[in-house]
Amino acid sequence: MIDVFFIGLSLSSILLLVALGLAITYGAMGVINMAHGEIVMAGAYVAVLSGIWLKTSFYVALPLAFLAAAALGWIIERLVVSRLYGRLLDTLLATWGVSMLIQQAIRLEFGLTFLGIHIAGLGSGLQNVAVPPELQGVVNIAGLELNAYRGFIVLVTVVLTALTWFIMYRTSLGMKVRAIIRNPKMAAACGIDVRKVNALTFAYGSGLAGVAGVMMSGFKGVSPDLGSSMVVDGFMVVVTGGLGSLIGTIMASGLLGETNALVAVATNDILARAVIFAAVILVIVLKPEGLFSFKRR
Amino acid sequence: MNVSRRHLLKAAALGSASLAAPHIVGRAFAAEPIKVGALYSQTGNLAVAEKLLANGVSMAVAEINATGGVLGRPVEVVVEDGASDPKTFSEKASKLIVKDKIMTVFGCHTSASRKAVLPIFEKRGAMLFYQTHYEGFECSRNVIYSGAVPNHQLGNYIPWIVKTLGKKKFFIVGSNYIYPREMAKVSKKLIEAAGAQWVADEYLELGHSEWAVMVKKIKESAADVVLSNVVGDSIIAFYREFKNQGISQADIPICATVTSEIEIAAMGADYAAGSYTSFPYFMSLDMPGNKSFIERFRKFVNDPKQVTYHSLEAAYFQVFLWKQAVEKSKDLGAEGIRTGIAGQSYEAPGGKVTIDADNLHCWLTPRIGQWQADGQSKVVDAYPHPIKPLPYFAYGETESNLFCTSKGLDTAKLKI
Repeated sequence: MIDVFFIGLSLSSILLLVALGLAITYGAMGVINMAHGEIVMAGAYVAVLSGIWLKTSFYVALPLAFLAAAALGWIIERLVVSRLYGRLLDTLLATWGVSMLIQQAIRLEFGLTFLGIHIAGLGSGLQNVAVPPELQGVVNIAGLELNAYRGFIVLVTVVLTALTWFIMYRTSLGMKVRAIIRNPKMAAACGIDVRKVNALTFAYGSGLAGVAGVMMSGFKGVSPDLGSSMVVDGFMVVVTGGLGSLIGTIMASGLLGETNALVAVATNDILARAVIFAAVILVIVLKPEGLFSFKRR
Repeated sequence: MNVSRRHLLKAAALGSASLAAPHIVGRAFAAEPIKVGALYSQTGNLAVAEKLLANGVSMAVAEINATGGVLGRPVEVVVEDGASDPKTFSEKASKLIVKDKIMTVFGCHTSASRKAVLPIFEKRGAMLFYQTHYEGFECSRNVIYSGAVPNHQLGNYIPWIVKTLGKKKFFIVGSNYIYPREMAKVSKKLIEAAGAQWVADEYLELGHSEWAVMVKKIKESAADVVLSNVVGDSIIAFYREFKNQGISQADIPICATVTSEIEIAAMGADYAAGSYTSFPYFMSLDMPGNKSFIERFRKFVNDPKQVTYHSLEAAYFQVFLWKQAVEKSKDLGAEGIRTGIAGQSYEAPGGKVTIDADNLHCWLTPRIGQWQADGQSKVVDAYPHPIKPLPYFAYGETESNLFCTSKGLDTAKLKI
């Protein structure tokens, strides 16, 4: 039973890892960022390329991917998203376009394939990320055999969640972000530089996605469409948890992950997926604002 | 005087001949090119695998052109993008056949795309060359199948697993679509015939990458071998999870029908070391033509680390079989190819291959490879010679009782 719980915990962590960044950009800023999955993918490619170019280990890729993805997010916010605040559907379409651009850019090696130049690590093929030996196989904790890599995913997720909580609830920047979530116009009237805070928030959410990408790279293969399926899972968690609520996102990913594991063990993975979707639909119908939302003022 | 004049004339004649010579050569190559199609996904999620196949075809055509072309004419490849979508495949197939008037198309990778284009080829009387190993159960007179069918991949594999590895309990796992399901069907018959049993037959969605629960089930199933028909990037997540849950390939080996050099390179050789795959071609084959093939292909795609694999080899050699067929029948149409290609042999990078006169599939040599720590395979069992393809093997087709013949499918024999 404990191993099923552990599998559920690792599923929840993967969901939360992707959803954390989304909870901030979608929940806090009202932007449906369809390019979030591609930022995850870009993070995975940072892991691939840092291995090839810098010959550094998997661990070094974590901060590198955070910085690279944050920079990418910042550029997207400044160029596209900042012009579309308050227009939910337009952000959806625009960021969807951005996601296709990023994906094709990786496939075409930034267009260099047309010139016959090949960048090892980019391109359409499946890429390899070397996982450190200590993260392969199992670790023994109190007589329990646990999957080392999944344990590491859980650990990274806990650290990032704690960091996000700290920034949101214990720093002045976080207070400004929360003020903007509740009421952007009032926040601006109080002298908060909404433009700057939005750009920083978007960059931070993207940075989290970059770290998620590195974690996924050691878990499944890296290819240009790594992220496109993950963005759906991320939105499911955010919608279930409730917009703008960090605790809601955490609880929702825990709920969906554990449900998935339990149903999959009892029946099979395909049915588990169907049950998850049914649960999300049920939440949307019965509690459209999500399980853990607050009232907007 | 007289002599020197003659000498002068001679020299002049020689000179003009040598001037004319490049002209004649130029003319020979100015002959109208033979157009062929290459219909693979250049974009979308299948582009990963299919672009390389298109490259295999292009390289073969380039080599044919460098040695004088086909019937003295150069060959021109018209590349179309199937965009990982069966509907686009069928539109592009129509475009190639109807608008470009191309009779020969090399293409398709998934069974879904092949099934989508098949009616067009049959209605318009064109010929498709299909290189991917597939589930069989097809007998079209408008397709040349150069890849393996189930009797190549499983006919020797299952008995070998039972006898040589001494395994008795199979856990069958696959991606949820036609190829793995048909492969499982054949496997079950062979497993029972070999006196072993199968304990589970499980499927996951295509592209699924969450293997925690499935691997846990394998661990708890008491199975002593896993037969994997998993495809695509799910393979990588599967092998990694397998090792990460502490299962050793020495205790419960994964015996796969799809896992090739491509996926091994992507997952990292540590994860697959000790597992098996059954394919007619491996990159590690020590054949005279193979080393040169690998070198040429790496140069062609401008990647010194590019791996070669079964479908790629078949994509490459099928072009030469086409050349031999049309040169034999002197007819570029589907009928010419069909009559010309029957019994046609070619010395491919992985050894001799022959197109069967009955069912237009390919005679290939079944081989079993064990993956090593360097990401290459070691062939641990192989047939001494190529064997006849039997696309209806799963339904009881044998060499002496053919279902698919040159007259088409004998439906009276087929009992589903």
